Amino acid sequence: MSTAPLEKTSSLRALPRDKALLGHTALFWIGFCVVMAALIAAPLVLPEFWRRLITEILIWGLLAMSSDLLIGYTGMVSFGHSAFFGLGMYGAAGALLLVSPPNLWLAILFGLAGAAGAALFVAYFSTRLRDIYFAITTLIFSQIFYVIIFTWTAVTGGENGLIFTRPRLWIPFLYDARFTSTTIHWFVLAVVAGSYLILRRVTQSPFGMVLQSIRENEPRTRAIGYRVENFKMVAVMLSGLFAGLAGVLYAIQNQFAAPDFVYFLTSGETVIYNVMGGIGTLVGPIVGAGFFHLMRELLSRFFGEQFPYLIPLGLIFIAMVIFLPQGLLGFARRWLNR
Amino acid sequence: MDTLVHFFQAIPLDLIIIQTVNGIVTGMILALIASGLTLIFGIMDVVNFAHGELFMLGAYVGVVIISTTGNFWLALIGASLIVAMLGAAMQIVALRPLIGRDPLNTILATFGISLVLQNYALWTFGPVARKISEPITGQFPLFYLQYPWYRLLIAVLSAAIIGGFWLYLKRGKFGVWIRATAQDRVMAQAMGIPVPWVYTGVFAIGAAMAAASGVLFAPMVGVNHTMGLDWVLKAFIVVVVGGMGNFGGSIAAAIFISLVEAYAAIWVDPSHAVIVSFVILILTLLFRPTGLFVATPR
Repeated sequence: MSTAPLEKTSSLRALPRDKALLGHTALFWIGFCVVMAALIAAPLVLPEFWRRLITEILIWGLLAMSSDLLIGYTGMVSFGHSAFFGLGMYGAAGALLLVSPPNLWLAILFGLAGAAGAALFVAYFSTRLRDIYFAITTLIFSQIFYVIIFTWTAVTGGENGLIFTRPRLWIPFLYDARFTSTTIHWFVLAVVAGSYLILRRVTQSPFGMVLQSIRENEPRTRAIGYRVENFKMVAVMLSGLFAGLAGVLYAIQNQFAAPDFVYFLTSGETVIYNVMGGIGTLVGPIVGAGFFHLMRELLSRFFGEQFPYLIPLGLIFIAMVIFLPQGLLGFARRWLNR
Repeated sequence: MDTLVHFFQAIPLDLIIIQTVNGIVTGMILALIASGLTLIFGIMDVVNFAHGELFMLGAYVGVVIISTTGNFWLALIGASLIVAMLGAAMQIVALRPLIGRDPLNTILATFGISLVLQNYALWTFGPVARKISEPITGQFPLFYLQYPWYRLLIAVLSAAIIGGFWLYLKRGKFGVWIRATAQDRVMAQAMGIPVPWVYTGVFAIGAAMAAASGVLFAPMVGVNHTMGLDWVLKAFIVVVVGGMGNFGGSIAAAIFISLVEAYAAIWVDPSHAVIVSFVILILTLLFRPTGLFVATPR
């Protein structure tokens, strides 16, 4: 296929660096293992509060990473990821409330199904439009889901949301126990790391290459003969699935589903994580989520709980859009994607 | 046949007329907001996410001026001027460095601005909604209702502001500059038009229109810090349905959507009537993706 020349040039460019002591691949996996080891050890050494914060940062990072597939790799800014996140949450809630005893994998399945439904809807209508129009329609669609969830009290619990009990951590034939604060952290970490590896593989596959060529030059990609609409639809679906997975994790972690998370603010924060961390890097959004939540935590420690932390963070965000559009990890973008 | 006759007899004519008036009144306010939004987009390719926040701040500045001077009309003018200056400052500080970059950057920047402004309003004014009393308290009978004159005045004033601005675009010197920049910004610059200042001016005018609609609308509902997002969403729907950057189209779409929502509210709960405008949006995207009132290019 036409992606072959792309890969060839990238491996050519990599040649001189291979003379270094360790190749790029080895360095990447060493770095990956170091970060993983630190994150695995984190709940064992950190106090409860920080452990919880890191778990939540990982979940928000997964949400941001899923939208990075659209923002960073396909060049479509989605302001509607709260819909996928929320539907994942409510899907998991549905499985946990309807089926007894509550089953972890069923919750994930239901959540993914909910998110896929929303993603199918959004993908079908929004991918007809480009750039700004795409951003606005995704925003409006997420608001449609918000209004439906907020007003359909009989099913969704309306403003109060749904409360349920956490399922047991059950891995067939291997493990069956209640979630503890440590095992839930490991579970979230495993899911997020797995998603990262899958998404990384996807962005490096021929399919991912087509997405990136859509980002670089859409008319030309179309002229080469790719069905751009289909690729965009699959990208939105895939992104929606991972956002739904983040929603499921959040639901399991906090044992409730609330309409607040379907609200536009969640989508907006997802975009902020992306821009702060560095779009088009996959790990950047996780770093961005970490930066955002750490800053928020520090600000509320220094200035009190009532301090409107979004004012300084918003100003930082505007400054980054103007002066540092590559984000915190932008400098490493090329290295991470190789 | 019989059921059809029953159906038409069951339609309450008085309710329909009342809802027509209501729909036109909210439609005019929406048109005032959306025309500022579409103007900013049409001239400088900026989707102003912070437009709803300018609307909200306009209402708050109006609240402050009324509580000090007690004069509604002074508040209307003062809020428009202050928010216009704020808009100009926003454009100079945050949007000017982004000229020439991908338009998506402007969405991100204005989104950041909207976050800051919304939280600033929450911080300064608190979460409790503020009230403005109507400057005109007279009412006239409309079937079984006592309909306030003020609502009709809103519609007339909004129409007057939009009409005045349209005349200014046609006749005024700055208006001609704006139109020239919209047509061909490079040529306009070559002719000696200060294009960066035209951008700033357009942003200020759009902001002033949003603030004016905020003050006008404030007596009908309370003023609170989240009112911006609801209206900017509606305005976005209007602008997409009317065709991005299409001034006349967005005014027509504003009235059309408000009327349809008002009629829908006769039969369903008003909180569900919003879904009708979503349906209109989806149908527009399906069949006329460039806007309801523009021919789709083939």
